[in-house]
Amino acid sequence: MAFDVVASARQEREKQVSPVQRAVITGLIFGGFAFYFALVGILTNFHERWIIFDYISLGHALLIVVAGSAGLYLASKSRANSHAGLLMQGAGAGAITGLIMALLVFVIVNFNLRFIFVQLKKPLLDVLTFNLDPWAGAACLVAGGAAIGALGVLFFIMTPSLRRPLVAGLAAVGFTGLFQELIQLMIQNPSVMWLRQLIFNWDGLMLQGAAILFVLFAGIYAFWGWRREQITAGFNRLPVSQQKTVRVSSIALVAIIALLFPYVAGNFIGQVLMLVGLFTLMGMGLNLEIGLAGLLDLGFVAFYAVGAYTTALLTAHSDAAFMQLPYWLAMPIAVFFSICVGVLFGVPVLKVRGDYLAVATLGLGEIVRVIVLSDAAAPVLAGAQGILSIPRPFIGSFELDNPVALFYLTLVCSLIAAYIAWSLENSRLGRAWTAIRDDEDVAQALGINLVNVKLLAYGLGAAFAGLAGSIFAIMLGSIFPHSFQLIISINVLALIIVGGMGSLPGVALGALALIGLPELLREFGEYRFLFYGLVIVVMMRLRPEGLWPSASRRREMNVSEEERAAVEAELAASKAAAGKDA
Amino acid sequence: MSAKHTEADGLLVTDGLIKRFGGLVAVDTLHLSVARNNIHSIIGPNGAGKTTVFNCIMEFYQPDGGEVWFNGGRIDGLTPDKVAVAGISRTYQNIRLFKNITAVENILVGMHIHLKSTWWGAVLKTKAAKLDEEQAEAEAFKILDFIGLTGRGDILARNLSYGDQRRLEIGRALATKPQLLMLDEPMAGMNPKESMEMMEFVRKVRDERDITILLIEHSMRVVMGISDRVSVLDHGVKIAEGTPSEVQNNPAVIEAYLGAEGMQALK
Repeated sequence: MAFDVVASARQEREKQVSPVQRAVITGLIFGGFAFYFALVGILTNFHERWIIFDYISLGHALLIVVAGSAGLYLASKSRANSHAGLLMQGAGAGAITGLIMALLVFVIVNFNLRFIFVQLKKPLLDVLTFNLDPWAGAACLVAGGAAIGALGVLFFIMTPSLRRPLVAGLAAVGFTGLFQELIQLMIQNPSVMWLRQLIFNWDGLMLQGAAILFVLFAGIYAFWGWRREQITAGFNRLPVSQQKTVRVSSIALVAIIALLFPYVAGNFIGQVLMLVGLFTLMGMGLNLEIGLAGLLDLGFVAFYAVGAYTTALLTAHSDAAFMQLPYWLAMPIAVFFSICVGVLFGVPVLKVRGDYLAVATLGLGEIVRVIVLSDAAAPVLAGAQGILSIPRPFIGSFELDNPVALFYLTLVCSLIAAYIAWSLENSRLGRAWTAIRDDEDVAQALGINLVNVKLLAYGLGAAFAGLAGSIFAIMLGSIFPHSFQLIISINVLALIIVGGMGSLPGVALGALALIGLPELLREFGEYRFLFYGLVIVVMMRLRPEGLWPSASRRREMNVSEEERAAVEAELAASKAAAGKDA
Repeated sequence: MSAKHTEADGLLVTDGLIKRFGGLVAVDTLHLSVARNNIHSIIGPNGAGKTTVFNCIMEFYQPDGGEVWFNGGRIDGLTPDKVAVAGISRTYQNIRLFKNITAVENILVGMHIHLKSTWWGAVLKTKAAKLDEEQAEAEAFKILDFIGLTGRGDILARNLSYGDQRRLEIGRALATKPQLLMLDEPMAGMNPKESMEMMEFVRKVRDERDITILLIEHSMRVVMGISDRVSVLDHGVKIAEGTPSEVQNNPAVIEAYLGAEGMQALK
């Protein structure tokens, strides 16, 4: 109810804003973003990477995206139907965004503020003025901003059949440009040399390559949009058995390509994907606790540490280790030990709820790290020195000694874990978890034993993290207390939020986006936490259910207008009835 | 151990139940005895402590004094889940369904204590676990039929109509196979026709499922038709008890409802 009042008040206010005002406000907001990116150094940093060699850098692409978004945002918020007016507004907003950047140029040229804003110096000036003289550059910024703002609007109001191929083409170019090093590595084979020479040069994506990619992908997409109905109709005309064969074989094809990808792509990609896999594993574990049972846990890293240390103590070729078990024996013990710690961890926080639970678990997680680091435990856990020379596991005589092999190990573990998580979700225990997430008291009054169910959530969640920790130990071959900081818990939580709470594919997607991307693009890596914050705020604002939400979470977050209206009507009716009754 | 209150005294007995909130005595030395297979109503003005009695019986609140006996065993001091296992189930004044899962899933959660499948059974897909789940689902659909929600099992609880939500909440409570069902204002917010239907339904639950019912209602008129016995609460004190007609004519009850001034006006 209160929400509706607020919402309607906001609409009321929006109506009073004139088109000019709205354009100015939007321009200022998006200009503010660009301003911020410039001041913290992201712009200069991004400028060092080309998207299309010698034409567009990532930094300029960022500016284009910001100005274009201003137009898009305006068009999406506007209820007016006049396209010309909208285009004018978009141009205005874009121009203001450009003007703010031009202002920066003016400041850099005329003042020296470097002792406060270290970024206000020559490199930033070069980015903003396109290596022209300041006045010409500033004029370019304003004019370009206006043009791109208008393009943003145009982009929004054009027909989808035109927009979709454009998006596909642009995405293909952006992706290829961004990851050109990796893609070039993958197509080093002489037999595809012609392809590489057509699109890339040593420094990056060439303009002709970009054009080819754009035309190719936009064309494919346009063709698909155009012939889609005929193709699906043709598919539906096939006999059912053939339909099934086509479906299964296409899925199998995609799966095989995905499976072989790291093998072809090499160790660097293997390493990155392996990290993604580890965080997916942990994400699935935390997902049991938070996504299903609603138990916020900021001390999750503790279980990861337990898994890693147990493995190290049981297998390492060092004085610190108790014994030298083969890895395949040590892993289950590590997982079991993590479960025990998870259950113990759950005991003191059983009665703690909500925000307090977050703080309590935060403390418990830190306790584990401090214990590991402490002098008291040093004789057993080796303190800050860490445990070295943890051997790699063997399968028969084959040593899993390279990142790709370890990635496949992680993948297998992840798949098993995903299956377990999925089974749990749809079981009696999963239902009990969902129930205590929704309403703990009611769940208890229905006979659900909160102690058992919560401890199982902590224990099973910990098992996943313990497994991840165990693999982490053999991946690095040595472990140190500082590998198990609070930030890991926060990373895992962030990837669940971004991916979609309670959703298994969401976890993998979140891990890919938050762990994989920063590893691949060092520009992002440097500002990783800034982007985390930004991504999470934007997600909460635009898509609170996550990138790939579970069905129930999507329902929860998106109470549609109709539903809300229905509930309101119901309430009003019941009130009226109650009034009559009394 | 000899029971102080055997079943002969009633299925549910509260012996001098006291609950205080700070200085306020919400329930004051309440002696209540609910006979098996009765529909027993607790009525009283708003704030009389009716829901507090429920919360004390369900052990959401620890009573500050007195004892609660159920089926010949003492239940005060247990946790709510143990009380549920003992055979008491309840609904809530403001509907507290699990809103984001479907109607059937709500009932399945209610069946939790009667299912045997373990989590490892679910992971390994053992025969027992599968069978258990299948039976549970069949049972859940039976309950759905019983509460008149046939065909609406896959609708999210929060999208059901108000009346259906009330019924589903009762269905969820029935899924625990209780001996005593406590209903907290089941007719709240309903028009007279819906109230009548709900009363019929409550009677049906008692007759067909062999369940004792303890019911809270603040409107006296509503419960007169179905109650076997009525207890009247005012400011946490039981001021009257008896058959509906006895209670209806009790001057203390009329005063509690209308206040002294109302009495003057009536005269």
